Amino acid sequence: MDNAVAQQDVNAEVARSLAAIAFIASDNAMTQEPVAREPKRQDPLTPPELVALVHEIAERRCKESFQELFGFFAPRVKAYLMRLGSDMHQAEELVQEAMIMVWRKAASFDPAQAAVSTWVFTIARNKRIDAIRREKRPEIDLEDPALVPQPEALADGIVEQQQHARRLKDAISRLSAEQAELIKMAYFADKAHGAIAEETGLPLGTVKSRLRLALGHLRKELKEESL
Amino acid sequence: MTSASPHGHGGAMRSLPANHVTDELLAAYAAGTLSEAESLIVATHSAFCPICRDAIAAFEAVGASLLDEIEPEALSAGSLESVMAKLDDLEDLPDNVVRHPSAKTAAAGSDQGFVLPEPLRSYVGGDLNDVVWRPVIRGLEEAELSVSGPEFNVRLIRVAAGAAMPQHSHHGSEYTLLLTGAYRDSSGRYARGDFQMADGDVDHQPTAEPGEPCVCLIVTDAPIKLTGPVGRLLNPFIRY
Repeated sequence: MDNAVAQQDVNAEVARSLAAIAFIASDNAMTQEPVAREPKRQDPLTPPELVALVHEIAERRCKESFQELFGFFAPRVKAYLMRLGSDMHQAEELVQEAMIMVWRKAASFDPAQAAVSTWVFTIARNKRIDAIRREKRPEIDLEDPALVPQPEALADGIVEQQQHARRLKDAISRLSAEQAELIKMAYFADKAHGAIAEETGLPLGTVKSRLRLALGHLRKELKEESL
Repeated sequence: MTSASPHGHGGAMRSLPANHVTDELLAAYAAGTLSEAESLIVATHSAFCPICRDAIAAFEAVGASLLDEIEPEALSAGSLESVMAKLDDLEDLPDNVVRHPSAKTAAAGSDQGFVLPEPLRSYVGGDLNDVVWRPVIRGLEEAELSVSGPEFNVRLIRVAAGAAMPQHSHHGSEYTLLLTGAYRDSSGRYARGDFQMADGDVDHQPTAEPGEPCVCLIVTDAPIKLTGPVGRLLNPFIRY
């Protein structure tokens, strides 16, 4: 009897959660008041909210969802491109191309493989390489029959991929200021380690070893927490 | 629970590489700041190596975290409208969806017998059989690959089974990805999929194991420096 009641409670809980997700997915863009989130500056959309938006675009070609995604990512991608040396005009153009790519490739987004922000980051990164470097970017082809597959099934589920983002953010915030700065330069400055050394006044060997330490730390953190 | 031997000699057909790309290179690949030549060897190693693919995914997630935190830059007026207007034109285009395969589908297709994985296969313009080799010295042949960017030399080399390379060090960086066969040097043994990075601090004489020829992808940013007693005399003639 008690068990049955408890089960009902759980079911009700699940139903409420699902309803909340469905609400986020369908109505979020229509309501002026977004779903209650902590009122932080530049309040980011949560990873599950982002996944819901991409699914709406993939399944229903939902323009409101796209608009919301655009509002969140486009200004960030523009800032990213400008940090890497694009001028206003080029950054604007590439942002638009990247966001159109998001629309067109929404159906290929797989939440078990990556968080939405990671997916958007890779799209923006590739757009930049195509446009600015006029070089090919050799890519791993996951469909290639010669690819050596993962020995066991991928452990990471959708939930886990989406939680990675949070954990990473925490891990990055725990890096020393100097390590965090080196990581940012490595991603946002398109500089060889030699140039970073020049700019920071650190010897090249020191830049390399500190960067290696910081990266190893982030990677280890992710690995341990996902086990 | 049985566990596969880490090196899988004779056992599993497809063992995982034991020697990996460094975190700095994997992160730079994820950040999109590597040259085409470096990207080619990192991506090709990663085709052999699920561990490095995972690391790249993690480093892409690092990039995404930094993107989340960045101070946003306001878009020009009308930017959203202009994109929204384009979406309508796109809707009639054919669906060009590429889905990520599960590990299973990749495994199912893994017996088609390509020696070279992508992206290397496209750069070669075919599989290993299609390579046109040019003899260099006895026991060593090479085939240069065309990759944009003047700062790197990218080539395949084929060392006859059992042959030793000349003793050498490096003026710059040398990245090696082993494709078939195996070689040893003072630092250890390298087999299919293994990655080795060498610079001026490394003075080695890679020697192919007997059995089958050893084929490697080599990326260098400066000529090697011959350090053997006879080799020294030949240095003026060495391009790479």
